[in-house]
Amino acid sequence: MSRPSIMRLGRRAAGMAVLAGMVLTCVAARAQDADLARRGAYLEQAADCEVCHTKPGGIPFAGGRAFDLPGIGTIYAPNITPDRETGIGRYTDAQFDAAVRRGVAPGWRHLYPVMPYASYARMTEGDVRAIRAYLMTLRPVHAPAPANQVRFPYNIRFAMIGWNLLYRPSGPLADDPGRSAAWNRGRYLVDAAGHCGECHSPRNMLQALSVTKSYAGAPIDGWLAYNISSDVDSGIGAWSDPQLAAYLSTGHADGRGTAVGPMAEVVSHSLRYLTPEDIAAMVTYLRSLPARRSEETVGVVSPETLAQAGPNHSNGGRLFAGACAGCHLTDGHGRQVDFAALWGARSLGEIDGRNLVRTMVEGVTLQSAHGAMIMPAFGPEYRNQDLADIANYAIGHFGNRVGHVTAEDVAAARAGVPPS
Amino acid sequence: MPVGTIAISRRRALLGAGGLLMAAMVPQGSLRATTRIVEDQTGPFAPNAFVRIAPDGSITLILPNVEMGQGIYTGEAMLIAEELDVGLDQIQIEAAPPDDAYITKALGTEATGGSTSTIATWTSLREAGAVARTLLVRAAANRWMVDPASCQTEAGMVRHGPTGRTLTYGELAVEAAALPVPTSPVALRDPSTFRLIGHAQHRLDGPAKVAGTATFGIDIRQPDMKFGTVAACPVMGGVLLHVDDSAARKIPGVREVLTIGNAVCVVGDHFWAARKGLEALEITWDEGVNSTVSTETVYRGLHEALQGPAIVAHTKGDAKGAIAGAATRVEAVYQQPLLAHAPMEPINCTVHVTAERCDIWVGTQVPMRARDAAAEVTGLPKDKVFLHNQYIGGGFGRRLEHEYVTQAVQFARQVAYPLKIVWSREEDLALDRYRPAYVDHLVGGLDAHGKLVGLSHRIVGPAVVARWAPEALLPNGVDDDLLAATVETPYAIPAMFLDYARREAPGVVTAWWRGVGGTRGVFVIESFIDELAASAKVDPVEFRRRMTGDHPRARAVLDLAAEKAEWGSKLPEGVGRGVALQYVFGSYLATVMEVELSQMGTVRVRRAVVAVDCGRVVNPDQVVSQIEGGLIFGLSAALFNEVTLEKGRVQEKNFNTYRVLRMNESPAIEVHLIDSTEDPGGIGETGTAAAAAAAANAMAAATGRRYRRLPLTGVQA
Amino acid sequence: MLTLQVNGAAHQVDVPDDMPLLWVLRDVLGLPGTKFGCGIGECGACTVHVDGKAVRACSLPASLVGDRPVTTIEGLAEDEVATEVTKAWLDIDVVQCGYCQPGQIMAAIALLKSNLHPSDDEIDQAMSGNICRCGTYRRIRAAIRNVAGAV
Ligand code: FES
Ligand code: FES
Repeated sequence: MSRPSIMRLGRRAAGMAVLAGMVLTCVAARAQDADLARRGAYLEQAADCEVCHTKPGGIPFAGGRAFDLPGIGTIYAPNITPDRETGIGRYTDAQFDAAVRRGVAPGWRHLYPVMPYASYARMTEGDVRAIRAYLMTLRPVHAPAPANQVRFPYNIRFAMIGWNLLYRPSGPLADDPGRSAAWNRGRYLVDAAGHCGECHSPRNMLQALSVTKSYAGAPIDGWLAYNISSDVDSGIGAWSDPQLAAYLSTGHADGRGTAVGPMAEVVSHSLRYLTPEDIAAMVTYLRSLPARRSEETVGVVSPETLAQAGPNHSNGGRLFAGACAGCHLTDGHGRQVDFAALWGARSLGEIDGRNLVRTMVEGVTLQSAHGAMIMPAFGPEYRNQDLADIANYAIGHFGNRVGHVTAEDVAAARAGVPPS
Repeated sequence: MPVGTIAISRRRALLGAGGLLMAAMVPQGSLRATTRIVEDQTGPFAPNAFVRIAPDGSITLILPNVEMGQGIYTGEAMLIAEELDVGLDQIQIEAAPPDDAYITKALGTEATGGSTSTIATWTSLREAGAVARTLLVRAAANRWMVDPASCQTEAGMVRHGPTGRTLTYGELAVEAAALPVPTSPVALRDPSTFRLIGHAQHRLDGPAKVAGTATFGIDIRQPDMKFGTVAACPVMGGVLLHVDDSAARKIPGVREVLTIGNAVCVVGDHFWAARKGLEALEITWDEGVNSTVSTETVYRGLHEALQGPAIVAHTKGDAKGAIAGAATRVEAVYQQPLLAHAPMEPINCTVHVTAERCDIWVGTQVPMRARDAAAEVTGLPKDKVFLHNQYIGGGFGRRLEHEYVTQAVQFARQVAYPLKIVWSREEDLALDRYRPAYVDHLVGGLDAHGKLVGLSHRIVGPAVVARWAPEALLPNGVDDDLLAATVETPYAIPAMFLDYARREAPGVVTAWWRGVGGTRGVFVIESFIDELAASAKVDPVEFRRRMTGDHPRARAVLDLAAEKAEWGSKLPEGVGRGVALQYVFGSYLATVMEVELSQMGTVRVRRAVVAVDCGRVVNPDQVVSQIEGGLIFGLSAALFNEVTLEKGRVQEKNFNTYRVLRMNESPAIEVHLIDSTEDPGGIGETGTAAAAAAAANAMAAATGRRYRRLPLTGVQA
Repeated sequence: MLTLQVNGAAHQVDVPDDMPLLWVLRDVLGLPGTKFGCGIGECGACTVHVDGKAVRACSLPASLVGDRPVTTIEGLAEDEVATEVTKAWLDIDVVQCGYCQPGQIMAAIALLKSNLHPSDDEIDQAMSGNICRCGTYRRIRAAIRNVAGAV
């Protein structure tokens, strides 16, 4: 059963509830509330609360999703439905704001920075209030989050006070008057609400985002969040504006592949709902990020060249022909939908094939305006070596590099263990 | 099959030769499943349940077995047409309705399976044709007032030799219908004069299937029909506790949400609406006792039964004594997994229930059972249930079950319109009825010359027959099917002891699967024969050859396959050659396979050479085709397939997790037929039965280690 | 409301945006020649031509088809390559149950139209995505070769 479609339904229903509220009561205050909630619904999408606060297959916003922090422990996202006992039903605006922007939940429980409050700290108070107004329109769900399992010394929540002093910004971003309105809006969406850096910037030893390597890409949860700085070789410097905009708003750009893994989730639940103006603003801002070199570079091999490539009799080549080419085609053009076009995808240029292997093992579900675009996962009847062979074939064929994927890498991905 | 209006003046009994009772009587109404009968004294000529000739000249053959790819429509039509003396281009074919006249005796019901069709109809359908021809000749002779012996038939016509006068069968239909059916055996053609039988004929279902106009069950459309898809409890035996359908009902195109004890059906304007509706349901099941079953539970139960009590199924000589006194003792335990059928056409069934009647459009291997089940669910008399059998997009035994028909009727009786239920592929795999998992333990003794002196064998596994046809369980509690390939082998084995420990698989329903007992038995026996040969340090072909003393047909196929496959010639590094010899379904097969293993453990079957003696061949090219397809089907399973369970749920979801062989993974296949005048044997399942053993033996030859567990690319013990 | 060009005729259909072309063809337009096998792009039973290219109708939302012409197995009557392909199929009796065959044939036609003399490797690349449970692969390959040889 595909959850995302249900989630979407839930959201639409909530939106309808908001509208219904408006029609039935003509009290001005109510209308204002509804306005606030509607603005909050959009901002919630921009801030993408839902993905982290929903466990796989669970009820949207009811929490329970586990985050494994290597060396630290497992942290569970709490319930943010309006349930009074287990959710945010009793939070005041001020308490909610403290949690989101300062990482301090009622009772001085300090949150862990897996909640991106260091990014959210740069949102405006009004926006956070609007998000709360929206969340309060959801159906309350009674769902206590499992207890976090955190190792010493991280289990001392007060330790976070020091962290916060060091790394938590003190307030919202002030507009830079020297920049365009679009740039400022883009920065707000990328740095604050969208908290893109939380994945795409490496962290230092204390789990804070690196400033010197901002947006240069980082491993996260077994995936590699790619370099999105403006570096031409390893970042997005070579992408065209339309490519960037298409990738952000649909999860696919021809010649750049299709979003998979966590990025597919971000597109599915967040970015695809943003207005074209907001997407354009994000593009403007991303373009201005300083170029930071990283290891992964992609040489794009064109479909024309790929079409000329001779047949491949390796195990990987054969398996690709049977299990992959049906949708992706050997020239990477994709057979039925643009989403199946994979030439130029970064995952095929990365010799360790991290994201590629994860994608094969987990499959992809990307929500689009035309329904879910799905790539089925490879089951256990494909041995680890088979998947490694396919990955290395694909990296060689589409990325023009020598893949280094091993059966052990596949085994680790299957076990859900992030590669070391 | 179109519903036509035809006139049948009367139906009659026909007593065939050799004590074969055909079509004792076609009961009133039953033929209406495919034809509307108008009582009419000048109606068509229908001397038995298989032939119908209308005055307008149309010749219809009603075929007792269902077409699911095996080419049986063509083969059976050839049998009738041969004796009736018509060309295959002059006939129309029709699927038999549920009726006693079409019962397959070996299966105890009207059923297509077990590679029995040609064996069962070889004589009876030829007789049906011959009786019809005899009557047509008599009618012509009466008209011309000549001696019937002076008349011949050809291509749908009777000719009076001396005068050259001719009459078509159509012109004779009315008069022939008035003649009494012969009570004594009619003469059948001498095989040397066969025009059709033994000569390759194109498949009659080919053109429609190539044009995309052949109607499979899933393609049925009826006026006002709606589309349903089903979610049943993923754990066997579980029941529905609660379903919240509020979200589903809001989806555009969703019409209705129906429930029965263990399943929910969403009905919509099209499958997509139904499917989206199904996804939006929040269902709570009471999963019941099976919710903890896992694959380990299944295997543990089987392995435990290797010790302890068992039923003695077969003994010959003193096997235990012979083994005790043998120079060398060889022992092995083999394990085979649960398997799904996964035919290309997912399970589907269309049903329309009204107060007066119930119509079912479905592809089924057991039409009568399906009809009876529908009668029971609806409370209608059996003759008010009309089952329209359709082309089946791959049966492989799946459609010997009819629980999906029962389910469809249970849903359809809740609505007024015709309801087409189509399962998703995921549902099809999760709710299949599976080929059982088995464990076999064999001990063999070799004398000082490397000759097998005694064999002891224990089979552990379910008795499918106990559920499917309980009356066929042997009095001692042994499932006869399990003895296939194990008791009757192509070998002279001086002493044998075989016992059986029945263990039903927890958490799943087990069922027939292409090759039935033969598929499981050949893998075990032929693997073990190879192990014996290795222990005796004798070449595997030579070892088998020496044992085929009183089975010349077996030796002939073995020699032929070995020769064609260049047995003994040098192979490249990493390639192994394996052989399997078998006698199942009344046919002899020898299969030589070449398998290539890479350093990384990749397995690829390069080539398969098969020699076949299946007795008299009806349609030679279709025999080849069945072997080719059967091998591929068997290889998918042998190499890749295993149904696994976790928390009582089947884990395999679709073709990405239930992997099947693709074109570029398929070996080159050569099939060599031996000219034979023996009675026909079955063929549809023999290739499947051969696959795992030949592949395992080839892998063993390539690597020097034994492969005792299926699938072969899985973990070996 | 969508307008689809199917087998040379325009059809107005009122279907959800995410509804795959397969179900529009089968359940709305009544063209059951295109088959459902897996629904996830693994088997090829649903292969049709969109703008002459072989695509899997089960994974193509109808709303993404646009005005590109769709051809199904039912729409091949006038097509020369298709005639050759069906003839080659019948010549060597490729079909068994036949359920996968419309998809196989559509894939083969698309291949032969872009490449009249495909090598074995090219046949593999184009056809290995189409599953046949009955195992007719050997004959499919032979039939394609025969078409190539005939023209
Ligand atoms: S049904 Fe479309 S690929 Fe299987
Ligand atoms: S002919 Fe039956 S699936 Fe291909």
